[in-house]
Amino acid sequence: MIWPILYAIWIVTAAAAAACGIIPGARFAERVNLFAAGLDFVLVCYLLGATPGAGATALNGYLLLDGFGVWVMFCLATVYLLASVYAIGYMRWMHGEEARLNRFYALFAAFALTMFLAPVQNNPGLYWIAIDFTTIVSAFLVGFQRAPESIEAAWKYIVIVSAGLGLALLGTVLFYWAGTFVLGPVYDMTWAAFGAIAPKADSVLLLLAFLLLLVGFGTKVGLAPMHTWLPDAHSEGPAPVSAMLSGALLNCAMLGIVRYLGILRSTPMEGAARTALVVLGAFSLLVAALFITRQTVIKRLAAYSSVEHMGVVALGFGFGGPLGVIGALYHMLNHSLAKSLVFFGAGNMMHAYGSKEIDRIRRVTHYFPRSGGLWLAGAVAITGAPPFGLFLSELTILRGGMQSTNAWAVWWMAVLLIVIFIGFLNKFRAMFFGPQPEHAPRIELRFVHVAPMAVALAAVLGLGLWWLPAIWQHLAAIAAQLGEV
Amino acid sequence: MLIFHLDPLASSIFSLLTIVALILAFVMLGSHWVKNHVYAFAAESWVIAALSALVGFYGHYPELLFIAALTALLRGSLLPYLLLRIIADLKQSREFTPLLQPSSSLVLGAFLVLFSYALAHRLGVRMQLADSIAVLALTTMFALKLIGFLMLVLRAEAVSAILGLLVIENGIFLGSQILVPGMPLLLELVILFDLLIIVSTFGLLIRYLHRELGTTSSRELTRLVG
Repeated sequence: MIWPILYAIWIVTAAAAAACGIIPGARFAERVNLFAAGLDFVLVCYLLGATPGAGATALNGYLLLDGFGVWVMFCLATVYLLASVYAIGYMRWMHGEEARLNRFYALFAAFALTMFLAPVQNNPGLYWIAIDFTTIVSAFLVGFQRAPESIEAAWKYIVIVSAGLGLALLGTVLFYWAGTFVLGPVYDMTWAAFGAIAPKADSVLLLLAFLLLLVGFGTKVGLAPMHTWLPDAHSEGPAPVSAMLSGALLNCAMLGIVRYLGILRSTPMEGAARTALVVLGAFSLLVAALFITRQTVIKRLAAYSSVEHMGVVALGFGFGGPLGVIGALYHMLNHSLAKSLVFFGAGNMMHAYGSKEIDRIRRVTHYFPRSGGLWLAGAVAITGAPPFGLFLSELTILRGGMQSTNAWAVWWMAVLLIVIFIGFLNKFRAMFFGPQPEHAPRIELRFVHVAPMAVALAAVLGLGLWWLPAIWQHLAAIAAQLGEV
Repeated sequence: MLIFHLDPLASSIFSLLTIVALILAFVMLGSHWVKNHVYAFAAESWVIAALSALVGFYGHYPELLFIAALTALLRGSLLPYLLLRIIADLKQSREFTPLLQPSSSLVLGAFLVLFSYALAHRLGVRMQLADSIAVLALTTMFALKLIGFLMLVLRAEAVSAILGLLVIENGIFLGSQILVPGMPLLLELVILFDLLIIVSTFGLLIRYLHRELGTTSSRELTRLVG
C-alpha cells in the first residue's frame, strides 16, 4: 500500500504545479497549492507509519522507501505545508506581481515535487539528478522578484551549486568504477550494490570518491567553506522560499552524504570519512558564529543560522553512534520547524518596516505583539535554548560526540553554540527594544501571516517539552537501519 | 573489464582522442574570444562522441553508439547553437576582464595537468593499472575538472561561467566512457538531457542579469556580501 501513496504524493504535487502554471489567477493557484501541500502532508504521515523498517524497493529497484528517506520527506512536507499557508499572506504583498503569482505557485509546487523525488531514489546517479533538478527550479524561485539582488543571488546560487554538483558526479563515477573491480564491468547502480562492494573495493579510491561527494553535496547542504551561495539565496528569495530552501532542501542533500557515509562504514576508511564530515561541520559552526555576530541584514542572519544548524547535523552524523544519529535526525525536524518560524517572522517584519536592515527594525512587540512574540520565541528556539526541541537534539548530539572518536569537536561545538546564542539574540534584543523607530510600521498582519508561526512554535515547543518515546523509537530504528547500533 | 584487454590499435586511438580533448580545453584557456570557446567546446564534444562510439564498438556495448549519436547531437550541436545564440543576443564577443593573460592561464593549466597526472598515476599504481589507458583517462578527467574550475575563477563573463561548467561535465563524461562504459544507460541519458535544461536555465538567467543589472560580468555582482 505504500507505493500507491508515494505515487499519489508525486501526482498530486505535479498536478498542482501544472494547474497553477496553466490556469491564470493567483487566488486559484494559492488554493490549489495549499490543497496539494495539505494532502501531501497527510500522505507522508501515513508513510511514516507504514514504511517497513528494512525499507522496500519498487520499479525494478529504482525506488527505495526506507525510514530515513521518509523522515526527510516528513520534514519537507511539514515545511511545504507551513510555507504554503504563509505564502498566501506574504505573496499578496508583492505589488504589481499579481499576474505572475500563478507562476510562483507552479514553481513552488514543482520545487516540492523535485524534493519529494530525491529521497526515494535508489540509484545514486538518479539521486544526483534529482538534487540537480531542485537547484534549477529553486533558482527561478530565488530570482522570482526580478530585483537586481534576487537575480544576482539566483545566478551565484546556480553557478556555485552546479560546480559543486560536478564534483559529486565525479565522485559517483569513481564510486561505480571502484565497484567494477569487484562485480565486473556492468552492474546495477543502487545504494545496496555500493554497500556490497565497499568492503572489497580499494579503500583509497573509495575515500577519494567519498571526499568528492562530500564536497559536492556539501555545497548543496551549505557546509562551510562551500556555503557562499546560501546567505545570498536564502536572503533574496521570498520568505516562503527561504523557509523551503532552509528547512527542506538542505535536508534532502544531507541525505546523500549520510547514505554514502553509511556505505563506507564497513571499510577501513570509516574513521577518515567521519572525521572529514566532523571537520566540515565544525568549520561551518565557526563561520556561522563569525558572520552571525557581525550581521546587519535580518534574513542573512537567519541564513547563517542555517549554516550553523547544518553544521550541527553534520556533526551528529559524523559522530555516529545511536545518540549522534538520533540527535541529528531529531535536529532535522526541529530545525525545519524553527527556521520556518524565523523566516516567516523576518518576512513579516521586513515588509512592515520596509527594510531588511536590522538597524531599521525596532520595538517589534510594541507594534506587533502576537507576531513579534512568536518571532522572539522562535529566535530563542533556534539558538538551542530550552524548553524547545533544538535544545534536546543538540544535547543528544553532544552526548553522542562524547562517545565518539572525535570528542574534541564536542567542546568546539559547545563553545560556538554559546557564541551564536549570544550573537543571535543580541540582534533580536536590538530589534525588540531600543529607541522608537523614525517611521512607525503601519500594516496590519492577518491570520495567515501569524498562524503558521504559531503552529511551528507549538510543534517545536511540544517536541522540546516531551520527546515522545514513539518518536525516539522510530528514530532509533532508522539509526539501526543505517548501521548505528 | 574493457581497460584490461584492449587491442593496441584501439588503445592508441582512445589515447589520441583523449589527448585531443585535453588540447581543446587549452584552446579555450588560451583565447579570450567567447566564440572560440564555443567552437572548441563543440569540437571537444564531437571528439567525445567519437570516443563513445569507438568504446561501444571495441568493448561490445551497442548502446554506447546510441549515446554517441546523442552526444554529437546535443552536446556537439544543440548546446553550442544555444550558446552562440546567447552570445549574439548579448553582443558580448570577448572576455574583457580576465584576471590573467592567456599565456599565464596556459602555464597554470599545464601545472594542473601535471598535478592530475601525479594523482592519476598514484591511483593507477595502487589499482595495478599503471600502464593502461585508465591513467590517461583519469588524468584527463581530473585535468578537465581543474581547468573548468580555473576558467570559472579567471573569467568574469557569465557565458564563460557556463562554458567552464560544461568543460567540467565533458571531463567527467569522457572519463566515464573509458572507465565505466557499462554505467547504466538510463543515467547517461538523463545526464545528457539534464545538461540541456541547465544550459537553458543559465541562458534565461543571463538574460535577466542583462536586463535587470545591465551587466553580465561577475566582477560587478557585488551587491550581496557579508
